[in-house]
Amino acid sequence: MKPDLFEAPDYYQLDDLLSEEHILVRDAARQWVKRDISPIIEDYAQKAEFPKQIINGLAEIGAFGPYIPETYGGAGLDQISYGLIMQEIERGDSGVRSTASVQSSLVMYPIFAYGTEEQRKKYLPKLASGEWMGCFGLTEPNHGSNPGGMETKYKDMGDHYLLNGAKLWISNSPFADVAVVWAKNEEGRIHGLIVERGMEGFSTPETHNKWSLRASATGELIFDDVKVPKENLLPNKSGLGAPLGCLDSARYGISWGAIGAAMDCYDTALRYAKERIQFGKPIAAFQLQQKKLAEMITEITKAQLLAFRLGQLKNEGKATTAQISMAKRNNVDMALKIAREARQVLGGMGITGEYSIMRHMMNLESVITYEGTHDIHLLITGADITGHPAFK
Amino acid sequence: MQAKIAKYTGYFSLDFLKSIKKIYYACIINLGFYGYLCREIFKHNTMKILVCISNVPDTTSKINFTEGDTKFDTNGVQFVINPNDEFGLTRAMWFKEKQGAAVHVATVGDASVEPTMRKALAIGADEAIRINTVPTDGFFVARQLAEVVKNGGYDLVIAGRESIDYNGGMVPGIMASLLGMNFVNTCIGLEVEGNKATALREIDGGKEKLEANLPLVIGGQKGLVEESDLRIPNMRGIMMARKKALNVVEPIDAPSQTNDQKFEKPAAKGPVKLVDADNVGELVNLLHNEAKAI
Repeated sequence: MKPDLFEAPDYYQLDDLLSEEHILVRDAARQWVKRDISPIIEDYAQKAEFPKQIINGLAEIGAFGPYIPETYGGAGLDQISYGLIMQEIERGDSGVRSTASVQSSLVMYPIFAYGTEEQRKKYLPKLASGEWMGCFGLTEPNHGSNPGGMETKYKDMGDHYLLNGAKLWISNSPFADVAVVWAKNEEGRIHGLIVERGMEGFSTPETHNKWSLRASATGELIFDDVKVPKENLLPNKSGLGAPLGCLDSARYGISWGAIGAAMDCYDTALRYAKERIQFGKPIAAFQLQQKKLAEMITEITKAQLLAFRLGQLKNEGKATTAQISMAKRNNVDMALKIAREARQVLGGMGITGEYSIMRHMMNLESVITYEGTHDIHLLITGADITGHPAFK
Repeated sequence: MQAKIAKYTGYFSLDFLKSIKKIYYACIINLGFYGYLCREIFKHNTMKILVCISNVPDTTSKINFTEGDTKFDTNGVQFVINPNDEFGLTRAMWFKEKQGAAVHVATVGDASVEPTMRKALAIGADEAIRINTVPTDGFFVARQLAEVVKNGGYDLVIAGRESIDYNGGMVPGIMASLLGMNFVNTCIGLEVEGNKATALREIDGGKEKLEANLPLVIGGQKGLVEESDLRIPNMRGIMMARKKALNVVEPIDAPSQTNDQKFEKPAAKGPVKLVDADNVGELVNLLHNEAKAI
């Protein structure tokens, strides 16, 4: 793979809106991605293997629960810092960002927000340091966009819960030590349970032959009469709103992450267009290439502003689910379109693993589908502005 | 403690338990005192290092000038720790971790340089000093930094051999001269044992090994550590940096000896003429008559 020459675009001088600490956190993540991700990621994506050696580095740059308070091993940073870290990691690879998103927003967040003090103390410091890795079980084979119809259930057996069911498309599942699993109780109400690797009847087979997120491990969670201790139930929130609250946090991170993937594609295409000579001049001098590049930087800049404002709203506790849906949908779609256009600028070279563009493009096909599909997010906006939910 | 005493009075007399309590507190007080003493002794014997840092444009910055080409245009430019200083800072961190040292960083600049100082603190420096003025020339900066060295009682001062923006290469030398301290420039290796430093310099065709007593000023560069040794601030470091002191001191009166008249960018590259490999005569002709290079 080519050396990582990435230069981040900042067309509207958004850095001026960031604090000194935001920039410090962002630049540290940027440097780390250049040093530890870029040189290895293509190889791992080709091998369809998660580079486990990066877990420590992810923890060191604060990618695991940066907004979790310091008391529980987090960094106590704000939501914009979290977004910037996700942006930089996804600039390297969406699969690596997925690992960090899941750990932060789908495992640490529910334990912090819905768990007991004992659960927080037991799990959060080890998840923040990467000593334990986590995954999140919501989607099922028959229930994707409609998680409320889930079939996974648990029964109160007096001194423990008995868990049965299966979850699919679970990032980190093949190596996770801890799973936050959503299941219905006997009354049909959704609750979160912390399931640990090693519990009898709990297995995590890996999903193979993906054409996307190849450097991230994806799998199933299978529960066959798993005895879950009663103290592993997350007591402070139940119902579909509990897992959806986690998804709000993850989708917010994705809305920033997608900007990173788009920046990498744009920067690669811009550099290539300036260097590639055809008909006696750089292809950057041709109008059709300029149209692609100019539209890319326009869309990236708009996406940055959307994410930044959403970050402010998140910091103030005012961001709504529908606002987050809009940013996730817009920014991932923007990134995928830019990846496709950037690939065109590079011609045949865009297809090879010498450049990151096609890997980003394939990754983004997952990102546009997971954490609420592109269509579902549009319907969330539609429901929000009209008052008529069209997906039910 | 009270709760514990109450719990065990069924087994032991209250007087006995009270005497244990007194011994317990006495031990705690003593441990605290000896701990304080150890820290004081350690502080006294610890080498005190000052790393001088210059806030420079990132190497990928687009360079432009304003005000009739007399000022550097900072618009949209990202600033970083001068690479030659960063090698020095990383070496200082190495001293701190391997043999114990207090590492301070200092710079001359207005409030806009604070992110760079905060990064140095996040990398591991203990304290930062910002001399609150805009740097003008090398002599001015050296005078300001020398004042910090004089007041801080530093054993070792490491500055980059030059900053990568104006490339003056004057500051460490002038500073050493003003302070009457030993000086090693273009230093590519440094060890300190007790009061003695061993420094390595790059010279034409080889290396020079020098010994010098502390206090010492070093003009450092790559080789003090390698690029792969440079550190990325980790989250723990960034969190600790929030609580570390970034002291602002006012400048001393020190007139600049030079001032910038004009900046010029290199002339744009002209078109390339390709000469056939067999046509040496034409090449010589072009170099002699057109380029006037030979």
